Amino acid sequence: MKPPPFKYHACRTIDEAVGILDSDPDGSKVLAGGQSLVPVLNLRLAAPDNLVDINSIESLDHIRVQPDHVAIGAGTRQYVVERSDQLHSVLPVVREALSHVGHSQIRNRGTVVGSICHADPAAEMPAVFLTVGGEVTAHSAAGTRTIGSDDFFESYLTTALEPNEIVTQVKFDIPSGRTGWYFEEVARRHGDFAILGVVALVSLEGDTVSRARITIFGGGATPLRMTAAEQLITGAKASDIGGDLLERAAIEASAAVRPTDDIHASADYRRHVAGLLTRRAVTRSLERAGSPA
Amino acid sequence: MKYPLNVRVNGVETSVDVEPHRSLLNVLREDIGLTGPKEGCDDSECGACMVLVDGRPVNSCSYLALQTDGREITTIEGVSEPSCPHSIQQALLEEGGVQCGFCTPGIVMSAKALLDANPSCDEDEVRLALGGNLCRCTGYQKIVRAVLRAAEQLQDRAGTTG
Repeated sequence: MKPPPFKYHACRTIDEAVGILDSDPDGSKVLAGGQSLVPVLNLRLAAPDNLVDINSIESLDHIRVQPDHVAIGAGTRQYVVERSDQLHSVLPVVREALSHVGHSQIRNRGTVVGSICHADPAAEMPAVFLTVGGEVTAHSAAGTRTIGSDDFFESYLTTALEPNEIVTQVKFDIPSGRTGWYFEEVARRHGDFAILGVVALVSLEGDTVSRARITIFGGGATPLRMTAAEQLITGAKASDIGGDLLERAAIEASAAVRPTDDIHASADYRRHVAGLLTRRAVTRSLERAGSPA
Repeated sequence: MKYPLNVRVNGVETSVDVEPHRSLLNVLREDIGLTGPKEGCDDSECGACMVLVDGRPVNSCSYLALQTDGREITTIEGVSEPSCPHSIQQALLEEGGVQCGFCTPGIVMSAKALLDANPSCDEDEVRLALGGNLCRCTGYQKIVRAVLRAAEQLQDRAGTTG
């Protein structure tokens, strides 16, 4: 199929893009890599009057690694982020997660920020953002604001962004201390959206878990933090995290997800996998953090 | 309203006026007359529309034509002359990697991008590089063998000339 006609705006500046959005917030869509939006247009699932193309805004194409965070611009392609050794050295979970985003051909064009803003609950990058923590910088005619990762995802394909706002960059926090990570997803084929997946970061101080972040994606209308499971292991000695505690964390995760039945898997199956992946995520993150667990 | 699009397609400077909602695939096929890239899903799932933009494989169905202004596009028509197929095409024939042929142009483009960047690729790398290309006929084994065979030949040739 062909997209319905729209007005196309190849913007050169953020102000220009914001101006168009502000003049017609409900009839405008922001186009970055287009790997979700253009298929949606092709299938006529959306028919915006104005398409605001931000690919020519040079200031949006950047990766900035700072001591406490990494900032990724809204124009930066996924393959560029995937290959950044500097980013990899501080946030290795990003490269692993990106290798599961579509296929290399998609990542040649798609952007990390676009994937986060699209907010597909089964997608990898929203889950990574929620796990790692950080903030989104949003511009509108009214000014600039930041939205924290915990407040960003609201529902299926729905974020805290207003229709007249445009995201210019996303900051990912860099964890402090000895931190282990884990990423895994269950899918029928590599490159498909996940039936269910997990992202985790576990930090140690001495032998004690000082911080745990576990996110399940594909298990509800948004990526979901497994806060009960996180609390169970936080403060525990790594050497004590074994059979019983892992089992309880898995039960908590299975109870925390809100999956639905669909053509790919049943809700029961997803609940089972949520527990399994949570258990595996804790174990492997602790190993990577360098504990003897 | 139409806008001017200036691109280099298979080495030829090309200018067309296109409406902004037209995909690169659509303009290549209908305005420029290159029907090698195929429309399978229009959803970035199948890879039959694969072309190279500035040397990198992309799904031309999910790329607005106007976004390629000033860029270099390579389609299957630019890979070789019919009388002298590219090593990948020859290997696909010899290994039986072509059945209905609908996916083949896209497969060749993904494989070419891989071999251009990494001629000493192994089987895992071939399978990853072809991850965005669906084939409903062959079961992929013969396609993967063909790409590995082409890689060997290209390396042998590089070895003898270099």
